[in-house]
Amino acid sequence: MIDTLRLTAEGAKDLLERKEISGAELFAAYRAAIGERDEELHCFLHVCDDPGGDGLPIAVKDVIGTKGIPTTAGSKILEGYIPVYDSTVVARLKEHGLRILGKTNTDEFAMGSSTENSAFGPSHNPWDPSRVPGGSGGGSAAAVSAGMAPWALGSDTGGSIKQPSALCGNVGLRPTYGTVSRYGVVAFASSLDQVGPVARNVRDCAFLYSILAGRDPCDSTTVELPRPVELPTAEDVKGLRIGVPKELNEAEGIEPGVSAAVQAAIAKLEELGAEVAECSLPLSVEYGVACYYLIAPAEASSNLARYDGVRYGYRAAAEERLEMYERTRSEGFGDEPKRRIMVGTYALSAGYYDAYYGQAQKVRTVIKREHDALFETFDALVSPTSPTVAFPLGARTADPIAMYLCDLLTIPSCMAGLPGLNVPCGLSEGLPVGLQLVGPQFGENTLFRIGHALEQALGFDVVPERLR
Amino acid sequence: MAEIDREQLFKVARLARLELREDEVDRLGQQLNDILAAVSKVSELDLSDVPATSHPLDVVNVWGEDEPRDCLPAEEALANAPEREGDFFKVPPGGAV
Repeated sequence: MIDTLRLTAEGAKDLLERKEISGAELFAAYRAAIGERDEELHCFLHVCDDPGGDGLPIAVKDVIGTKGIPTTAGSKILEGYIPVYDSTVVARLKEHGLRILGKTNTDEFAMGSSTENSAFGPSHNPWDPSRVPGGSGGGSAAAVSAGMAPWALGSDTGGSIKQPSALCGNVGLRPTYGTVSRYGVVAFASSLDQVGPVARNVRDCAFLYSILAGRDPCDSTTVELPRPVELPTAEDVKGLRIGVPKELNEAEGIEPGVSAAVQAAIAKLEELGAEVAECSLPLSVEYGVACYYLIAPAEASSNLARYDGVRYGYRAAAEERLEMYERTRSEGFGDEPKRRIMVGTYALSAGYYDAYYGQAQKVRTVIKREHDALFETFDALVSPTSPTVAFPLGARTADPIAMYLCDLLTIPSCMAGLPGLNVPCGLSEGLPVGLQLVGPQFGENTLFRIGHALEQALGFDVVPERLR
Repeated sequence: MAEIDREQLFKVARLARLELREDEVDRLGQQLNDILAAVSKVSELDLSDVPATSHPLDVVNVWGEDEPRDCLPAEEALANAPEREGDFFKVPPGGAV
């Protein structure tokens, strides 16, 4: 009997190598878990048959292109679209023998913090199905927590890996910008988008990152890692200096239970040997969300111009071409992409460019400089990942700006291109609280080391209580 | 910061190739104004001496070798076409653009 709720990818690999289970049995166990739980949780938009082989199964967020497997980005405008080539990250998975279990739900074009913007209906949190799993990558995070996949790929523009991992109680990495290829991935905001791993523990997360990372000639923004990925083993964090930015830890809207769990984890890091000190990111937090919600929609308005009903995806019936473009886009896009396309088009239009996009890019420089200065003193920064635990479905859908504030604490480091790791650190009101570790560019190994030591020390049980 | 009025809303929608339904005009207009009011916060800072960041890594001039490679065969490139004629994507005629 394979317990997919507890089995790690590393554990599954051992079982396969020792021939205690077959590849077919392993894949079937996850398919059975999907069959049992996905009707309630709705993590998958498409489920795949076993392609054969002995590799580990993996779930893939539906913004990531998969040859021969539908890829919708959670949008009606891509319904029925079947890529004719693999994204580089999926090609890398296949080179390592990994087998795709299915495509996971996402807010439409990864725009959202709850999966409620998916054109195909929301996913549900495995800890409490009346609550959201976070977003945009809520399908991947919830699938991992509910034992429907050992690990998964997500994508992160302003928090879409870290925030769902926080709300579902697992480990998610937004890698350093430029370390993972976006070739074949549905583009949202190209100066921010990164693909990254979601896993049940830090070692699995690090291992999956080692498969994904590296230069890809098909994505000119990518670079080679300066150092290979190290799987963490140490149980202490001696000699590491960890900063606690007060604006990220004391921001308005952080729930007391979230704050308490994070403070306890920070105290634990001190016990484990870290030097912990308060520090400050005065402008990054105050201006981060405004900066992000100009840059991301501006780039989205440009990237989403390609959905015109000509080459792929949905096309509305019309007599004339312009009418066809407008009708296709109006019927194909949901409310959130439309809002962002409108904001972005306005912010880039003649007469407004300097005041909006140009100014936001300068704010971005300020954010990057503030972080760079802190990394002269600290090896990592720590804070809550999300100000709140998972909230009820429907609680924030009427107010776009309230939804945008879900990403208050994840956005600043994304703007600076920095890696961020979510590690579950406790419960509040019976729901997981996520701790965010942010490092300097290419600082993933340090984040893995801290995250692993903390995970060992805290002994957080990642299996949702109601499924134990 | 200036409010977007109805006329501007339609102008931006036209630039973005979106057709607004009558029932979404008021709501979308209100939401856009709320969002723009919130993001206009960036203009509080005097950043005249600060350079723009368009890309978080210091990567410049990434060149690829200029060598011929196979590209997608026409059948595959057209596989997802809503409508085709021979080896072409087919679209409705004309219209003012």
